[in-house]
Amino acid sequence: MSAVTLKDIVKRFGEFTAVHRMSMDIPEGSFVTLLGPSGCGKTTTLRMIAGLLDPSEGEISIKGRRVNDVPIHKRNLGIVFQNYALFPHKTVAENIAFGLKYRNVAKDEAKKRVEQALELVQLPQVGERYPKQLSGGQQQRIALARAIVIEPDVLLLDEPLSALDANLREDMRVELKRIQHRIGITTVFVTHDQSEALAMSDRIVVMSQGRVEQAGAPEEVYNTPETEFVARFLGSSNILDGTSNGASGEEVAIDTAGFGRIAVPKNRAPKLNGSGPAKLVIRAEKLHLAKPETDPDGQIAVDGVVETVDYQGQAARYFVRVGDLQLQAINMIDDHPFNEGDTVSVRVRPRDCAALPEAR
Amino acid sequence: MSVEAREARQPWLLLSPALTAVVLLLFVPLAFIVVYSFWLRTATGADQAGFHLDNWNEALTDPFYRDILLNTLKIAGITTVVCALMGYPAAYFIARSKGNKVILLLLLMLPFWISYIIRTMSWINILGVSGAFNSVLLSLGIISEPVQMLYNETTVILGLVHFLLPFMVLNVYVSLEGIDETLEDAACSLGATRWKSFLEVTLPLSLPGLAAGGLLCFVLGAGTYITPLVLGGPTDAMFANLVFEAIITQLDWPLGSALSLMLLAVLGALVLIYNHYLGMAQLMKGLG
Repeated sequence: MSAVTLKDIVKRFGEFTAVHRMSMDIPEGSFVTLLGPSGCGKTTTLRMIAGLLDPSEGEISIKGRRVNDVPIHKRNLGIVFQNYALFPHKTVAENIAFGLKYRNVAKDEAKKRVEQALELVQLPQVGERYPKQLSGGQQQRIALARAIVIEPDVLLLDEPLSALDANLREDMRVELKRIQHRIGITTVFVTHDQSEALAMSDRIVVMSQGRVEQAGAPEEVYNTPETEFVARFLGSSNILDGTSNGASGEEVAIDTAGFGRIAVPKNRAPKLNGSGPAKLVIRAEKLHLAKPETDPDGQIAVDGVVETVDYQGQAARYFVRVGDLQLQAINMIDDHPFNEGDTVSVRVRPRDCAALPEAR
Repeated sequence: MSVEAREARQPWLLLSPALTAVVLLLFVPLAFIVVYSFWLRTATGADQAGFHLDNWNEALTDPFYRDILLNTLKIAGITTVVCALMGYPAAYFIARSKGNKVILLLLLMLPFWISYIIRTMSWINILGVSGAFNSVLLSLGIISEPVQMLYNETTVILGLVHFLLPFMVLNVYVSLEGIDETLEDAACSLGATRWKSFLEVTLPLSLPGLAAGGLLCFVLGAGTYITPLVLGGPTDAMFANLVFEAIITQLDWPLGSALSLMLLAVLGALVLIYNHYLGMAQLMKGLG
């Protein structure tokens, strides 16, 4: 059964339409991420599921029950807010017990469950402290504990990691996923951070301007973008104009200005039907730079000149000029990086490319 | 001069004009008042310098002064409670409204552009015998004779509420502004109704602002003499009226000084109690 179902959801604010006719099915126990830039409608969607906003049109169901007219306090959802939203005048234990109070849980039972929740987020000692006395990461864990202690039907996370600094964010990412996995709760996660989305999700819904661009498993969305937006938003991609000459067997041939003809596997170009204008997508990390004299080893190779080097330690990001095109390549550094002005052989394997139809 | 010494001197340099004004215009006159309160007014009408406790004895033991002091505190107390009940919802509305906050706050400040005395006297045009309210009732035939609604304790409180409400609203508004709105959302998501989440989260967090507004209303209300003078009857004198009476009418500066110091002590004690529990910082926030 679906934990959450959205059917033709529309949300308008005056003249502005924040969400256009969105439908989505979130299976029980899954971790679904709404990913997109700010203003894409992801938070609006989450707030409609939460009951903090009413949809203008459409239907929202949670565990098969239509909840459009059910107020937030009766929806039994756990929400973790971006700024934690811990009650500053209550102790950590009181914060966590807050939801239990409204569920008529007996005092002893509540105390036990608060302790268990604190164990789960690995902060068993802080019950008597006030939120202000905790670090940002600890506050985040308490907010999570408070949301899950009520055993909600769905856990909603609104950019919960964005207020943390980089290192802590990666730790919390692992931690959050561990906890979600352990209690097996259906989770809807909102973020603009693609690495969070890729690392944590069972399923990613990429949104832009109030519409779903693509939904699928992380590697699906990453490897086989269906729209140019998805290709650009996830990772660094080179997107080349080209012409499709139709499928032949398991491959689709794309003619491009820079690389000539590339035969992309059919499964990397699922949206491409027939011939016509098309886009070729090459991930920056799949574009290899090599010394011109080395053997291309079956890769397609063209000559280019390194224009800019962005040194990142173990890897480097190169901006390479190939004819009229400027391409990005992120390569591991073997020995030492290329220098600006070096002439290099720019190489790619056809099976690492994806192809899209020209935008509608 | 070393850098440290220069840096240490700088705040005092910047403060000196204000400090000079405060010392010359507040502390020095206050010192005079303290000295005056120990002088004695003789039968001839001249003040006799010296150290006499007669004024203090009269001010502290005469039940007349005690009763009026208690009545003053009662009126200030009722005014404060009414201001809190009326001001809180208004402040909440302003704090939670989107977009037009500036206009709403401007409307709140608007009364300050008109003299407090004129605002107080405007009630005569509204509630007086030939005022707007009576005219309407007469023309509707509800009454046949104009009714005197002014010059009682209720109109004094009405005038004070009119005067002090903006102070309450501003203070509560400032503290509500500082409360994260998602706290109420969080409380609701955990099962509390909107009303419950207000009671459990927003109200307790806004209490410092409510207390600051309350203190201001109480102190300003208890120290007023214009409102009872304009809107009160003969028996509605408040403590500041006694000071006014002693100093301006009877020219008895020594007794007036003792009485005014007495009021200062009572209200000062209240401020100290407030400061002990909540600190002055909250009060400053609401004033700024």
